[in-house]
Amino acid sequence: MPKMHNTPAGRVFDVFNFILMGIIGLIMICPFLYIIAGSFATEAELTRRSFFIFPETFTLTAYEYIFSTDTFTRSILVSIGVTLVGTLVCLFFTFSMAYPLSRKTLMGRNFFMNLIVFSMLFSGGMIPGYIVVKSLGLLDSYWALILPIAINPFNLIIVKTFFQNIPIELEEAAKIDGCSEVGIFWRIMLPLSKPVLATFALFYAVAIWNDFFSALLYITDSAKWPVQVLLQQIIILSQAQLGDAASASANFVEPPDQSLKLAVVVVATLPILIVYPFLQKHFAKGMLLGSVKG
Amino acid sequence: MDGLKAQSVETVEPGYKTVKKASKAEVKSNISNIQRLKRDKWLYLLLIPGLAYFIIFKYLPMWGIVIAFQDYSPFLGVFGSKWVGFENFIDFFKNPDFFRLLENTFILACLDLVFFFPAPIILALLLNELRLQAYKSVVQTFIYVPHFMSWVIIASITYIFFTTSGGVVNEIVSLFYGKEINFLSSPEWFRPLIMGQIIWKESGWGTVIFLAALASVDKEQYEAAIVDGAGRMRRLWHVTLPAVRSTIVVLLILRLGNFLDTGFQQIFLMSNSLNRSVADVFDTYVYFVGITQGAYSYSTAVGLFKAIVGVVLVLGANKLAKKMGQDGIF
Repeated sequence: MPKMHNTPAGRVFDVFNFILMGIIGLIMICPFLYIIAGSFATEAELTRRSFFIFPETFTLTAYEYIFSTDTFTRSILVSIGVTLVGTLVCLFFTFSMAYPLSRKTLMGRNFFMNLIVFSMLFSGGMIPGYIVVKSLGLLDSYWALILPIAINPFNLIIVKTFFQNIPIELEEAAKIDGCSEVGIFWRIMLPLSKPVLATFALFYAVAIWNDFFSALLYITDSAKWPVQVLLQQIIILSQAQLGDAASASANFVEPPDQSLKLAVVVVATLPILIVYPFLQKHFAKGMLLGSVKG
Repeated sequence: MDGLKAQSVETVEPGYKTVKKASKAEVKSNISNIQRLKRDKWLYLLLIPGLAYFIIFKYLPMWGIVIAFQDYSPFLGVFGSKWVGFENFIDFFKNPDFFRLLENTFILACLDLVFFFPAPIILALLLNELRLQAYKSVVQTFIYVPHFMSWVIIASITYIFFTTSGGVVNEIVSLFYGKEINFLSSPEWFRPLIMGQIIWKESGWGTVIFLAALASVDKEQYEAAIVDGAGRMRRLWHVTLPAVRSTIVVLLILRLGNFLDTGFQQIFLMSNSLNRSVADVFDTYVYFVGITQGAYSYSTAVGLFKAIVGVVLVLGANKLAKKMGQDGIF
C-alpha cells in the first residue's frame, strides 16, 4: 500500500486490522506450538494445564519411547526412504518431460500438452486406478507410494514455462559448439534451473512425506506403513469410544499416553517444519510462474 | 503440420543448422516431418518416461472405466467379465444411499463455496492493507504453515484439541457452557468442523495468488482515486476489486469444476460410525464400497457419475464466465 493521507476512520481500521491479523497469525501457529511443547511435558502437566507454550518440567520420555519401539522407528525409516527415493524419481520424470515440451519446434507438442491438460480435467477415478496398480503387482510395494504420483501436472506445466523462458540463443550457441540435445539438457538447462529444481524437490518431498491416501489404498502390510498411516492409527482410530468398525485393523496399537500422541505428531511434522524456511523463500515465485495467464 | 507447405526457399539443409540461416517460420516449412522427428530424436527419448507415466497412471485408468458397464470380476479381467450395460448406474440411482450421498456432498460443496471460497480473498485484502512490511511478512509466514501439513496431521490436531477427554477446546467450552460438547462424534458438529479445518488449513495459502494479483495493481490508480476524493472503501471497490476480478473468476471456475470433490482424505479421517449419516460423500462411498467391500464395477459407476458431473460443471462455468465477458480458463 502506498503511504497516503489517512482519515481518523482509516486509522481506527489500521489498528483494528493490525490486531486482527496478529490474532489470525497466532491461531494458525499456536496449535503447533502447543503440540511441540506438550510432547516435552510430563503426563501430569498435560492433565493439569490445558494450554501452554513452555512446559514446566522438560522430559524426553515420549521420544525415548518412540525411538525404542520397532513400529515407530520402522515407519519413520519407511517415510524417510520413500521420500528420498520418491523425490528423485518425481524430479526425473517431471524435468525430463518438461524440457522437450518447452521446445516450440517439437512436433506433436500441442497433442502432448492436450493429453496432460485433459488428464487434469477428467480421471478414471479411484477403482480403475487401484486396479492398474494392482495388476502391475505394486500392491504392498513401496513403489506404489511413488509411481502413481510421480508427476504433478501443475508442477510439470510450471517447469515447462520456466524452460521456455530460458533464452533460445543460449541453446543455439551450445549447438554451434557441438553440444548434443541431451548434453544441452544436462549441461545447460539443469544447471540453470537449480533454484527451480530445489523448489520442486521440496514440493515433491513434502507431497510424498504427507501422502496418506496411497498408503491407505496400496499398503495392507502394517510393517510397511509410513508414519502418516501410523499417526492415523494411533490418534484417530484409537479413540476407543468412537467404536468404529473400520478400526478393527488398528487393534495392535494400544491407546497411548497424551504426550506420546503429541510426540508422534511432532515427528510426522518435523521434517516439514525444518524445510519450511527454505520452501517459503521460493514458493511465491513458483506460484507466480504458474499463474502467468491473466 | 505445415512442414510440407510449399515455400520459396527449398535448398536449405534440414535440421538445426538452418536456424542460423533462416527465421523460425522458414525452418518449419523447409523440413519434412520425418526430418523433424529425426532431428528431435533425443527430445522424444527424454519424453518417454513422462509419457509412459501419463499413459499408465492416467489413461489406462480412464480406459478401466469400462468396468462400470460390466459385472467385473478380478479373476476374469476386463476382457472376460460380463457386460451389463447401465445396470450398475440404475442400481445406484435406485439405492436409497444415492440421495443421502447427493445431499451430503451438495451441502458440503455449497458450504465450501459460501464460507471457504471467499476466505482467502478477504484475508488477502486485509493483509494488503497492513502498512508495516515486516509485520506483514511475519503474519504471512505463520498463515502458510498449515497448508504444508498433511490431512492426517490436521485431523490429529483436531482430535487432540476437540476430544472430550481433556481437549483444550472442550475445557474452554465447559468453562463457559458448563458441560463438554462431543464435537468429534456428533452429526451436527461434523460440517462446522470440516469447514473450520479447511479454512484453517488452506485460506492462508490461498492468499498467495490474490496477493500476487494485488501487487500488480498500478499505484497511480490509487493516487488518482485519492485525488478524486475516494475514501478507503471506494478505493477498495473501484480499484482493488476490479484488479483481482479475473483471478477470482478463474478460481471460481476451477472450484465449480471440483464442486463434488469434497476432500476425500479430510472427510475420511473425520468420519466415524456416529457421524456417518452426514459424513458419507461420493468419494468415501466409492472407497468403502469399492476397496473395502470389493464391489469394483458398482463403485466405478459411482465414481464415473461424479466425474462426468464435474466435467459438465467446469465446462458450464467456463462458458458462463465467457458470456459474462470474463476470460475463462480455456
